[in-house]
Amino acid sequence: MAVAPRTPPKKRDWSWRSQAFRGLLYQVIAVLLIGGVVWWLASNTAENMRIRGIKSGFDFLTQPAGFDIGESLFSFDSNNPYWKAFLVGIGNTLRVAIIGIILTTILGTMVGVGRFSRNGLVRGICYGYVELFRNVPVLLQLLMWYLIFTELLPDISEAKNIGPVFLSKGGLTYPGPVWESGHLWILGGLIAGAAAAWAYRRWATTQFEATGKLRSMFWVPLIIVLLAGAAGWVAGGMPNQWQIPTKGEFAIEGGSSLTPEFLAVLFGLVLYTAAFVAEVVRSGIQSVPRGQSEAAQALGLAKGQEMQKVLLPQALRVIIPPMTNQYLNLTKNSSLAVAIGYPDVVSISNTALNQTGRAVECIAIIMLVYLTTSLSTSFFMNWYNSKSAIKER
Amino acid sequence: MADTIIFQSKPAREAPIKTEGLVPWVKTNLFANWQSTVTTLVVGALLLYYVPQFINWAILTATTTTNADACRADGVGACWGVVKEKYRLIIFGRYPFEEQWRPLVATLLMVGLLVASCTRYFWSKWLIIGWVVVLSAFFILMYGSLFGYFDVFGLTKVTTDRWGGLPLTIMLATLSIVLCFPVAICVALGRRSNLPAIRTFCTIYVELIRGVPLISVLFMASFMFPLFMPQGVTVDVLIRVVVGVTLFAAAYMAEVIRGGLQAMPKGQTEAAASLGLSYWQTQFKIILPQALAMVVPGIMNNFIGLFKDTSLVYIVSLYELTGSLGLALNSDADWRPYKLEGYLFIVSIYFVFCFAMSRYSLWIEKQLNKSKLR
Amino acid sequence: MTTQTQDNIIVFDKVNKWYGNNFHVLRDIDLNVRRGERIVICGPSGSGKSTLIRCINRLEEHQEGRLVVDGTELSDDVKAIDKIRKEVGMVFQQFNLFPHLTVLENLTLSPMYVGKVPKKEAEEKAMVQLKRVRIAEQADKYPLQLSGGQQQRVAIARALCLTPKIMLFDEPTSALDPEMIKEVLDVMVAMADQGITMICVTHEMGFAKAVADRVIFMDQGQIVEQNTPNEFFNNPQTDRSKDFLSKILGH
Ligand SMILES: Nc1ncnc2c1ncn2[C@@H]1O[C@H](COP(=O)(O)OP(=O)(O)OP(=O)(O)O)[C@@H](O)[C@H]1O
Ligand SMILES: [Mg+2]
Repeated sequence: MAVAPRTPPKKRDWSWRSQAFRGLLYQVIAVLLIGGVVWWLASNTAENMRIRGIKSGFDFLTQPAGFDIGESLFSFDSNNPYWKAFLVGIGNTLRVAIIGIILTTILGTMVGVGRFSRNGLVRGICYGYVELFRNVPVLLQLLMWYLIFTELLPDISEAKNIGPVFLSKGGLTYPGPVWESGHLWILGGLIAGAAAAWAYRRWATTQFEATGKLRSMFWVPLIIVLLAGAAGWVAGGMPNQWQIPTKGEFAIEGGSSLTPEFLAVLFGLVLYTAAFVAEVVRSGIQSVPRGQSEAAQALGLAKGQEMQKVLLPQALRVIIPPMTNQYLNLTKNSSLAVAIGYPDVVSISNTALNQTGRAVECIAIIMLVYLTTSLSTSFFMNWYNSKSAIKER
Repeated sequence: MADTIIFQSKPAREAPIKTEGLVPWVKTNLFANWQSTVTTLVVGALLLYYVPQFINWAILTATTTTNADACRADGVGACWGVVKEKYRLIIFGRYPFEEQWRPLVATLLMVGLLVASCTRYFWSKWLIIGWVVVLSAFFILMYGSLFGYFDVFGLTKVTTDRWGGLPLTIMLATLSIVLCFPVAICVALGRRSNLPAIRTFCTIYVELIRGVPLISVLFMASFMFPLFMPQGVTVDVLIRVVVGVTLFAAAYMAEVIRGGLQAMPKGQTEAAASLGLSYWQTQFKIILPQALAMVVPGIMNNFIGLFKDTSLVYIVSLYELTGSLGLALNSDADWRPYKLEGYLFIVSIYFVFCFAMSRYSLWIEKQLNKSKLR
Repeated sequence: MTTQTQDNIIVFDKVNKWYGNNFHVLRDIDLNVRRGERIVICGPSGSGKSTLIRCINRLEEHQEGRLVVDGTELSDDVKAIDKIRKEVGMVFQQFNLFPHLTVLENLTLSPMYVGKVPKKEAEEKAMVQLKRVRIAEQADKYPLQLSGGQQQRVAIARALCLTPKIMLFDEPTSALDPEMIKEVLDVMVAMADQGITMICVTHEMGFAKAVADRVIFMDQGQIVEQNTPNEFFNNPQTDRSKDFLSKILGH
């Protein structure tokens, strides 16, 4: 007796008083209003630029930059064009952001877990750390580190050292490997090892499902990767040349080094963001109801299994979204490097802006760089969240 | 009857192993097992090594004389004289020395109302009127008049380029958070509207602003804003920065408010509709009062963030706390070497404010949870 | 047709509704409700009962067919919707009181802002309604301080404050404990004597027998059977209603 399923008709009555019409009207008004404001601003800008004789356009990007940059991932001099200068800036931003994110995660997780330590001293220190560092502006922290690294450390000639690692006003100098083509083999070995480890995990999982025999899912793959890397190193002819820095009269020679600017930005960002990450980790752990752990224990799961199969998956769902936010915050805060002269994309743009007067273009470049990073991250996160959300009614 | 068993309650005994008091606390928290003991010993040793050194530097060998030469002597630790000598300059920036009571009073007014605004007890129409009055009073006190009016009090004019220090920090944060509210509410409602054009605009606005760092917005305010205005119109840099920070804060605030809106059960809107309330009546009478009350802690956190972020205006040459410290020390060769002490001074100011606010927000959160359980 | 609309306060004429594109939730509903008639709707979960009565005050919109409420055809027209909502009161399963307003404020809100009644008058009327549902002494409390049954009675009073011609009830007692059910049903029975048109989704058979003029049984978005309560409960006509009744009366 059920009527065969029909699909709804497409109809809208377009009377003056219909909701549909009103909705359209409001939207048209909004579009006109916003369009009008934008047009007004744009025409003012065009007019002002005409009167003040400001040129516009991105043609300046191909002209020589005319300034040097203190540190760069690739060689750069003042004859290189602007676009290359911007690339240097983007590279520097990414460098400090990526290293910062890794260190922040490690430190923040340690502090966050430390808030649950059985040891009262550790708990107290973690609490104090979080409260102290998150309640002071990050810019102030950057400036303080910069002051410490450039004025309070000893001069280069009296650099402090632990073995071959030197610390002074000139930055941090440490032994670095002499790069040879042989090192590429290590990389190749690691990649091959990762593939093998992945294959092993697949095999172990199917074996476990078929026979119930448990195999290590962490240590064995790790050892596979490390062994493969070592094999690559041997295959590459065992390159083992290191550049050891030595203290000269006026400078520390040889080795790899980090500038005080880089160190100040890195310390400032990491210590500040880690305080927030610690809170994220703490609330993630707290968000898993006690009953979950008790239920897992009642089912007889081992401590490690309980953590890996029950607690972590739930805590991570809570942790990951705000954690990504903190990563983005760190990246955006790296723009404060401009205050102490670390040549990130903002300070390069700032210099370019002052030299060429192309305010609109230079600010647009800054915004574009950060927007790309943020939006692509948040698209990825949305996809990830919808994939990992616990299905509910 | 004789063989009835008479139940005799046993008297309570003390626990054989004590779990309360100092000694048990030390035992469970510091020496529970060998791992904990090792940690305690290592961490304790580090603390015993560094803390006395710090105390030695900061207190025991520190000087408070306002004489830079005394600081240069051997074996002298922290030189707090720099704070004693310069604190007026650091806190009030370049504001005329004899008039500094004005920013002091103005700031206290603002902080007082801010605290009141977070308390449910004061939520009424009067709060909005209170803000209008206090903001006007703030400007009259600081500037000497309000847009040229009200200069009846006979206060000397102090132009905005001389404003600085803590009052500027507090003003920037407060003004932006108060002004961003109407914008944020509209944007939050817009993001949940079922009109696609409006929803799209609001989404783009929020994502755009949240995708870029504040510094780029400040650059826009200081370099591009003048280009946006019609020929001949100039806007004070302070106003430009306030506009920039407000638009920036509005995007974040909108997300906080949207969180509250999303947490509202659908039944509330339906009940309002079944009573015949219009869209705006529903939002203002039913939805927003509940949603905003729910997100007060989020709003407070935003405010704390904004309070810290105002330090960035230093990069576009406004002399808030960080800037005025530079102002006080950079050009004074005598005191310049003691900038660290100066930094520690403003660090402690920021810390006191932010820590107090975060405690307060925690307290409000607890109150909210309590009222939910009622 | 004209005579029909005069005695019939609600007319469903081949009303169809879909959720999304494929879920056909109301199928060719034909239903006339006389002025002052008291109707109980029952049927299995998901059969579209809530959807049907929510169409009457346009919390849901139908896509096909005509739905006329008190002489006004419901369409996309904003004015029509405003008018209908003033004439139709609704009581929800989850009460949906506004927790940030006191009981009295809950009651005066709509008369003041929609009905444009002065505050004093609105409050007097509200107190009358509160007395009617027998909780006048709770006027200054907040909704969450009341018990479930009290909250639901406040919700009924709130709906009555607009002096509606039609009252809709969507399972008003199913979120309540047994002893509270009675206090709410008592209020509803008392209301039924006043001649207001009532449409009530409920599975309270006692209430249906005592009050309803007609019972409507729905399944799969269609009206399967309608009859007087006595006939329906004692002598159901279709296999579906028999099956349904045996389930709800079975224990
Ligand atoms: N907003 C919606 N979007 C999509 N499907 C919906 C929506 N609301 C209800 N439905 C579906 O429509 C069907 C009928 O819903 P309705 O709430 O009218 O049922 P009901 O008869 O009131 O059931 P119950 O007795 O459980 O309240 C159900 O299958 C439900 O899943
Ligand atoms: Mg229902």
